[in-house]
Amino acid sequence: MIFTELALHLFGAVMIFAAAMVVTIRNPVKAALFLVLAFFSAACVWVTLEAEFLAIVLVLVYVGAVMVLFLFVVMMLDINLARLREGFGDYLPIGGLVAVLLVVEMAVVLHAPEFGVDNMPRPEPHGADYSNTRELGRLIYGAYVYPFEIAAIILLVAIVAAISLTLRRRPDTKYQNPAKQVAIRREDRVRLVKMPSAPRPDADRETPT
Amino acid sequence: MISLSYYLTLGAILFALSVVGIFLNRKNVVILLMAIELMLLAVNINFVAFAHYLGDSAGQVFVFFILTVAAAEAAIGLAILIILFRNRGTINVEDLDSLKG
Repeated sequence: MIFTELALHLFGAVMIFAAAMVVTIRNPVKAALFLVLAFFSAACVWVTLEAEFLAIVLVLVYVGAVMVLFLFVVMMLDINLARLREGFGDYLPIGGLVAVLLVVEMAVVLHAPEFGVDNMPRPEPHGADYSNTRELGRLIYGAYVYPFEIAAIILLVAIVAAISLTLRRRPDTKYQNPAKQVAIRREDRVRLVKMPSAPRPDADRETPT
Repeated sequence: MISLSYYLTLGAILFALSVVGIFLNRKNVVILLMAIELMLLAVNINFVAFAHYLGDSAGQVFVFFILTVAAAEAAIGLAILIILFRNRGTINVEDLDSLKG
């Protein structure tokens, strides 16, 4: 139990450090890499909350796909960093004030005894035969099957939107038209010419002996 | 014994950090998108913590849906970013004022 608490403190500290680096570091590529670290630490925090399936999904989907997408885009764009960093600290006082107020307010609310250990004790850990994946699957394919289908539609719409946004038709590129290729008939391509056959005019002179 | 408020405070700090990020990097669209991702992560931590302490897995299902929508949002946001850069040659928010009257 004490090991879990120590590990949780470590994961939380790493996550907050990585998040702070994401928003303050100069290079966007390094920011994306620190975002990877933040997501990974968050996945570790979720494991301590017995949300194993979501932790794995966070690593697979976020670290594996979305962050790679971020890195890809950041490396592809030729960004003028000096212009983007102009006036970087201008809004730091007001931003810091807002952030500190936010954290203090939340801490005041969240440290009310309603959320404390007495009123809301940590539930007993599940046994070795408990499967978080099975539990989630039962919910998703049972009570939440309709929102699940809508989520699938949202992903489909996102695919179509992302591709149609970035698709570029160049005027000088030649394209095939498969419909025309399939619809072609023999009469359009092949022309049979009837010709009367005749002996070559000089056939008798070049006859091999 | 770690209480629920520990996790909720963790999420609150993460959320506040991403708010600071939006304040600081208000010209760089890439970092703005990353800050939004961090905000969603902070919310997800709250959902998972409540799901664990209340013993109700419905919170985890909601995290599942939030992850779905966040992935879609990141993909479309980055696509918009790419065509923005292709058409304007910049991702500076200050240069994107063509709708200004």
